Amino acid sequence: MKVIVCVKQVPDTSGKVAVNPDGTLNRASMATIINPDDKNAIEAALALKDATGCEVVAVTMGPPPAEGMLRELIAMGADRGVLVSGREFGGSDTFATSQILAAAIKKIGLDDDDIVMCGRQAIDGDTAQVGSQIAEKLNIPQISYAAQITKDGKKVTVKRMLEDGYMTIETQTPCLLTCIKELNTPRYMSVGGIFECYSKPVDVYDYNTLKDDPLIDPATIGLKGSPTNIFKSFTPPQKGQGRMLDGADRATCDELAAELLKKHII
Amino acid sequence: MADFNNTNLADFSGIWVFCEQRQGKLQPTVLELISEGRKLADDMGVELCGLLLGGKGVGDAMAKDLCAYGADKVLVCEDDKLETYTTDAYAKVICDTVMAKKPEIMLIAATNIGRDLGPRCAARLHTGLTADCTHLDVDVEKYAAFLKEASTLPQEQLDALNREDRNLKMTRPAFGGHLMATIICPRFRPQMATVRPGVLKKGAYDDSKQVVTEAVAVNLSDSDLQTKVLEVIKEAKELVDLTGAEVVVSVGRGISKDVEGGIKLAEELAAEFGGVVGGSRAAIDSGWLSADHQVGQTGKTVHPKLYIALGISGAIQHKAGMQDSECIVAVNKNDGAPIFDVADYGICGDLYKVVPLMIEAIKAAKAAK
Repeated sequence: MKVIVCVKQVPDTSGKVAVNPDGTLNRASMATIINPDDKNAIEAALALKDATGCEVVAVTMGPPPAEGMLRELIAMGADRGVLVSGREFGGSDTFATSQILAAAIKKIGLDDDDIVMCGRQAIDGDTAQVGSQIAEKLNIPQISYAAQITKDGKKVTVKRMLEDGYMTIETQTPCLLTCIKELNTPRYMSVGGIFECYSKPVDVYDYNTLKDDPLIDPATIGLKGSPTNIFKSFTPPQKGQGRMLDGADRATCDELAAELLKKHII
Repeated sequence: MADFNNTNLADFSGIWVFCEQRQGKLQPTVLELISEGRKLADDMGVELCGLLLGGKGVGDAMAKDLCAYGADKVLVCEDDKLETYTTDAYAKVICDTVMAKKPEIMLIAATNIGRDLGPRCAARLHTGLTADCTHLDVDVEKYAAFLKEASTLPQEQLDALNREDRNLKMTRPAFGGHLMATIICPRFRPQMATVRPGVLKKGAYDDSKQVVTEAVAVNLSDSDLQTKVLEVIKEAKELVDLTGAEVVVSVGRGISKDVEGGIKLAEELAAEFGGVVGGSRAAIDSGWLSADHQVGQTGKTVHPKLYIALGISGAIQHKAGMQDSECIVAVNKNDGAPIFDVADYGICGDLYKVVPLMIEAIKAAKAAK
């Protein structure tokens, strides 16, 4: 049994976001991090490994430097990494990305009692689409928004969160789960793990590795194979300058109250 | 499968809205989509259909409201296996129906269910899906007018848009709301979008509209179902109605030194306006407030009359969820906090000292009115 975890390296959008004059993101100037929800997916996989001794494989699609992130995941406890990287894959939307990742998962080998795990969504795109789309391409059941996972043989039971409660859903392996932060608290890299992370394998899958899979067709991957295109990207206008009130005392608050009164809010 | 969508795009016509229901209750956000779909359908001169899946009797229960808000027709798929949502059953019935009837646009609410269902269907139909949209246009004049308001693009670019273009232009925030992107799906149909709840406006209820339904034959067998729902639990706790509130007072990391006291102050301040308390991602991630309180890109989008941010630095992920509020007041110790860039009124100070004074001042202003 193994757990294959799909992970994405993302720009850290919690800080300052740098934008190029043409409205695209200036990725070069921003720090990259492991997508937060994906860390919950890794933790869920590692918890299963702790309990059953199963193998954990971290897979990512991205440029060659994403290998560094895979090494971090190995230092957390993953057994090996797969870096899916190639010019042909660039510019993929979620549909095309799922074609490529599904092909990579088939190449790794999805056995009868395996699970694929993803984070709910990545903080750069916030689409939450790739997980479900991979499951469809692999023709396996999916359960998204997983807040609790139990596995008993081939049976997988998941607490799936809704806005107003939750569902308990049962399915069979192989299946795909998308994980949310309520699921667990991701562990840190261990000292031993950091020492060993370069001695474990990270395979690189490029276009040639995957090209025999029917999912990998120039008409269905990369920028050209993506059903969606960016038509315009733009920055919202800055809001009209507000004003800082002087001080922070009762007079300041009275001034604020007067303004709110003027605007008929009070 | 791909052949299906490679056929002539002109074969596709009409707009569909997936009408999500849970335990026999229509999700309120569906009516926002029906109202928006109505406008688009009028711009395009096509039919607007609701696509309703559920157990026996769901059509009788919900078709009237859907038509009163603007649907020309409701396609009703009734089956015991559709009573409770499962990805497998819903995706199969929706994809079968789409392939048979070929709509050119399909809108789905971006709820936890919609965001599970939409991508599965789009992957099977071999078409594009744009996530969590906040604005939709087909008509180019209207799109240009939207860009004029909502973007910094120069007028030449707006003038240069092809007025004949009939693609659905799906606009959504990207990178935590710092950028906006308009996405199109020019080569495949249907053009699919999930739409963020609470952003589009629900239109008027017209009682006089004729209720038109069409029963769709459902072809589901047990082998189609790979997942089984053991139970559905609706949590009893009262969820805070952030999107409906006229005043929202939110707290952030700035209340860390006395969480209880900070929340109490926010509640007292909110109570002065009959408002509710919200929080930034930091406040939710730290466990100070439950997830239904979260304002921001991953939480809720709010546009109340008054938004008061207490001890919130104003990360773009937060601003994305509140910057369209009519009036924004921010209190923060750090005068360089980015929240002040979007605030109408900023007070640089310790919220534990400022908020009690603010409450006094508001009480006094009310008394003097």
